[in-house]
Amino acid sequence: MLSVEGIHSYYGKAHILDGLSFQVSRGEVVALLGRNGAGKSTTMKSVMQLVRPRKGKVVFQGTDVVGQSAFRVAKAGIGYVPEERRIFTDLTVMENLEVGRQPKREGAPEWTVEQLFEIFPNLKERRSNRGKHMSGGEQQMLTIARTLMGNPMLLLLDEPSEGIAPVIVEQMAETILKLKAEGLTVMISEQNLHFARAVADRAIIVESGEKKFDGSFADLEAHPEIRDAYLSV
Amino acid sequence: MAFLFAQFLTGLANASSLFLVASGLSLIFGVTRIVNFAHGSFYMLGAFVGVTLMEILPGAVGFWGAILLTGLIVGLFGAIVEMVVLRPIYRAPELFQLVATFGVILVIQDLALMIWGAEDRMGPRAPGLRGVWRIFDEPVPKYDIVIIAITPFILFALWYLITRTRVGILVRAATQDREMVGALGVNQAWLFTGVFALGSALAGWGGALQLPKGGADLLMDFNIIGSVFVVVVIGGMGSLPGAFIAAVLISVLNVLGVTYLPQSTLVLMFVVMAVVLIIRPYGLLGREEVAGEHGQVGAPEAPIRPYGPVGRSLVAALLLVLAVVPFFADRFLMTLLIDMIVFALFAASLHFILGTGGLVSFGHAAFFGGGAYAAALLVFHTGTPMELAFLFAPLAAGLLALGIGWFCIRLTGVYFAMLTLAFSQLVWSLAFQWRSVTRGDDGLVNIWPAPWLNGPVPYYYFTLILGVGGILFLRHVIHSPFGYALRAGRDSPRQAEAMGIDVKRVQYVAFALAGVMAGLAGGIFVFSKGSVFPTELEIGASFDALIVVFLGGVKTLAGGVVGAGFMTVVEDWLTRLEYWRLLLGLVIIAVVIIAPEGIVGSLQTLWRRIRNTGDEEIAR
Repeated sequence: MLSVEGIHSYYGKAHILDGLSFQVSRGEVVALLGRNGAGKSTTMKSVMQLVRPRKGKVVFQGTDVVGQSAFRVAKAGIGYVPEERRIFTDLTVMENLEVGRQPKREGAPEWTVEQLFEIFPNLKERRSNRGKHMSGGEQQMLTIARTLMGNPMLLLLDEPSEGIAPVIVEQMAETILKLKAEGLTVMISEQNLHFARAVADRAIIVESGEKKFDGSFADLEAHPEIRDAYLSV
Repeated sequence: MAFLFAQFLTGLANASSLFLVASGLSLIFGVTRIVNFAHGSFYMLGAFVGVTLMEILPGAVGFWGAILLTGLIVGLFGAIVEMVVLRPIYRAPELFQLVATFGVILVIQDLALMIWGAEDRMGPRAPGLRGVWRIFDEPVPKYDIVIIAITPFILFALWYLITRTRVGILVRAATQDREMVGALGVNQAWLFTGVFALGSALAGWGGALQLPKGGADLLMDFNIIGSVFVVVVIGGMGSLPGAFIAAVLISVLNVLGVTYLPQSTLVLMFVVMAVVLIIRPYGLLGREEVAGEHGQVGAPEAPIRPYGPVGRSLVAALLLVLAVVPFFADRFLMTLLIDMIVFALFAASLHFILGTGGLVSFGHAAFFGGGAYAAALLVFHTGTPMELAFLFAPLAAGLLALGIGWFCIRLTGVYFAMLTLAFSQLVWSLAFQWRSVTRGDDGLVNIWPAPWLNGPVPYYYFTLILGVGGILFLRHVIHSPFGYALRAGRDSPRQAEAMGIDVKRVQYVAFALAGVMAGLAGGIFVFSKGSVFPTELEIGASFDALIVVFLGGVKTLAGGVVGAGFMTVVEDWLTRLEYWRLLLGLVIIAVVIIAPEGIVGSLQTLWRRIRNTGDEEIAR
């Protein structure tokens, strides 16, 4: 579904991604692991074209999207949930969802507001509240629900477990598994190995913008030296 | 009491048009983050298009149909401007966008002159609404009452659009985080064009709606822009209800002012604005601006280094040439050079606060003209000797900068720009309306230098020493620890504060220093011309300086000086043509889009490319 081929991304003159390649297949949940500053968020943004890779390809459903506007990438079927959540704080929950609404897409699970309220019951209670009056966990739920309103085929979740209470982290893991059951392809970036192992089928480890590991969690268990070298546990 | 009520109604009627224009500006700013200086031009365009359509279309249906159509036409025109001029530069720094919209003002001015001629047009009376109605025995024009009745519907329609429709939700979302809206699959380009078209249409409607009360003339654009900014700043940028409240407030105050304080109508609204901003720095219903909130952080600035030996010898050679000019030049050339040096010092002082301080001041003419007026007033009223009066130019300008800076420095970005502009308008209106002291637009004349300086050659040297001295002094400050602190505050205010720099204080001092230097330029100016008029304080004068700094290159030290030289020569040549504004406007727009680094910046880039010494990439 998604094939990232040797991308180099920069912030100004700082070289963040150094020829990173990986693939994501339909229906799987992939975890992108690595330390702070390893390039996880930049990878997500580079797929989304919020950061334009200077070299390399991002092939989604057979088309290279490098150089396109972010909105075209979203229209093509990639949903992006940013690490900073970036909900519209002056808009109500319902209005936030409306911003994300896109027509139904062939080959992707379709979401309605009612279905999303089933998955995220808190949002239903707070449907008329403004974003700024919500807790961190609720904002995290809202930002995912908002992106799902676009009926994406592939969901990019940037650090979904960051900065929320442990109880909510558990809920979040259940939610991601529910999304997977609905047939959604998901890529999460994580620093929390336990969380990643609970939801993902496969792990990709990045460090200094390069891929250091790509394989199952069982493989990763078998090589504790990799874990020790690239992940802070 | 009845009279007061009638006055209040007139104020409400005037508020309608002001609200339409201001809400358009507010809307455009909210989404695109562009302060559209050409907004007054769309208003003027609305008036002219409206007059023409009303002449063609007959009767009451024709009248209202013409107004409706005018908005659509102006909206379409706005959409074209957005696509051609603004689309390529959304990622450019704020100043570039502002300068580009200023280019649009010039283009529209000359287009209007070409199409409609220089004659003022009287607006037609609205059919069926010619007379007055008596309210508590006071006559109130029927048209006023109708407008007052219509305005709530317009407000409601706008409110409905913004709060209840998908488009409105997207607009509000984009106001906060347009990149995220894009990442959710919304084509921002069209959203921006749409909003710009709507905002322009509102300005066009404002222009057409006021026709029966006023008319159409070529000065409308600048005349309204001051009030519109005041309204938007008082109401809070991006807030429609705020714009409405402020429009009513300002219009009613204006009407009352005309009756009770006819000398102070222009000053009044700026006083109100100052009061509001002291209490609420972001306007009545505005939201606090957080820098960098919109992901609009540009490329980091290259550090500025003192000139190497080549640069130094070039500057020395130039100075040497300037020093020997009187031995061969005629009077005309010396006058031109004096103008150039004065302008260069003025531009350098703006460049100091803008380029080095990162504070985009839109009212820098207040200090130039303020200094000129301070010296001229002393000579004119008290016969103070020139030497003493001259000293008062920089002094008074510095004090003025301390006063204005006290209000402005606490704001940033566009709020700072708007507020400085409003204050310069305040100074201008003082010079324009306080006739007993300033003689209004008759200006102050016979302000000549002392005998020992009177004559082209001595005054040329006087200008050269003070002008070049001022510019070198500013350069020296930029390379001093104070200059480093200023630049640190520009590039990263938080980090600078964490290092113990009182950023606001440093900026305040820099603002005052820039004022002093502009005042010095004003002082030299007034004694070289022998007179001063309110035009030196106009918005146009501030913009001239901005354009010069921009043309020269904001990020380069010599930018202001080179731009001023370039501009003096070009204007001398261009103004001989009939439609020079159109040409200048197009040049400005072209520079913004094609060579945004300005003259000096582009030359530097070229030089670096020739010598192939581009900075190597910083490794992770």
